Amino acid sequence: MYDGGKIIIGLIIGIGFFTSPFFFNAGKAARRPEPELTQKAKDAKECVLETSYMKSSHMKLLDEWRQTFVRDDERYFTAKSGKVYYKSLQSTCLDCHSNKSKFCDQCHDYMGESPYCWECHIEPKESK
Amino acid sequence: MMGVDRRQFLKIAGVTALAGLGGKAAVDILAPGDVEASMKALPLTEGKRWAMVINMPELNDEIMNKCIAACHEEHNVPEFGDPKVEVKWLWKEDYHHSFPDHHNEYIDEKYEHKFLLLACNHCSNPPCCRVCPTQATWKREDGIVMMDWHRCIGCRFCMAACPYGSRSFNWGDPRKAPKDKNPDFPTNINYPTRSKGVVEKCTFCDERISKGQLPACVEAANKLKKNVLIFGDLADPDSNVRQVLRKNYTIRRKPALGTEPNIFYIV
Repeated sequence: MYDGGKIIIGLIIGIGFFTSPFFFNAGKAARRPEPELTQKAKDAKECVLETSYMKSSHMKLLDEWRQTFVRDDERYFTAKSGKVYYKSLQSTCLDCHSNKSKFCDQCHDYMGESPYCWECHIEPKESK
Repeated sequence: MMGVDRRQFLKIAGVTALAGLGGKAAVDILAPGDVEASMKALPLTEGKRWAMVINMPELNDEIMNKCIAACHEEHNVPEFGDPKVEVKWLWKEDYHHSFPDHHNEYIDEKYEHKFLLLACNHCSNPPCCRVCPTQATWKREDGIVMMDWHRCIGCRFCMAACPYGSRSFNWGDPRKAPKDKNPDFPTNINYPTRSKGVVEKCTFCDERISKGQLPACVEAANKLKKNVLIFGDLADPDSNVRQVLRKNYTIRRKPALGTEPNIFYIV
């Protein structure tokens, strides 16, 4: 093999370069973020549906809300408790969960999700 | 002669069937509304037909500007300052351009340079809804020509189809509209903005109607003067709009096109 030494050194450097992110991040697993509740959300005790459902499937509920609200003109949602909510991400969900960066964004970032809701719907101003 | 033979019977049957088909097609072309009526979907608000009557002689700049401002603030419609990219739900136009088919050479001076308010006509036979490939715009049961901005793909077929120029395209992100012209944008935090590449228009304030409120423009006009803009249900013979229409001569924009606009102008 001509210039074997150079090739092997090159290969080592090359492989090292491509695998460097693994070595760089080894042992530093990003912690799963926990959504933070605002005082208002804590006081309410319950969301429109069970917390477990909201955690796993809130996107399904939001999709259903937008469909029925816009297309079928059904603008109110009755929870199991009998409480009636105006179906609105902007005015109802984010009224309680007004800490969007801690409640929505950090989980979405962790999961690599980038919902485009906020291109149109207005996010609340957060007091930092 | 004893009746018809098989050959004759087939001939007569064939001709009759053809005539029948032709007859049905002719009816469909003459009355396209009936065809659509037979394809009605789920009832939303029990066969209502929202309409507006605009009292042209009573309109003045003050009222019109207040109405436009109220509408555009309610719905986060920004001002771009460039007619090429402007977004308008409610706007002013002169009589001549609003009613091009009413053009007379020696027109009443009152109307010659008269400006009036234009918006989506919420046609009974809306061409925009026919052409929309995603059903992002459709005719609601209560007569509102509604928009679903989630679904709009920005093809602008509806803009080409609308004979009234009632639809606007977002050439850019409305939130990037010049700040000096829109210091408080978005003006209504309970209403969304739109995104780049979406068509928008007047929705007869569906969000207000669902709460039992009058459209924003009507409310704004009422604050200055009553009965300049009148909003009501055309399907109800005793409604305010029907009463006004019985007593006044009204015109609609481009009636010859057969779109059946639901905005009426008292002359």
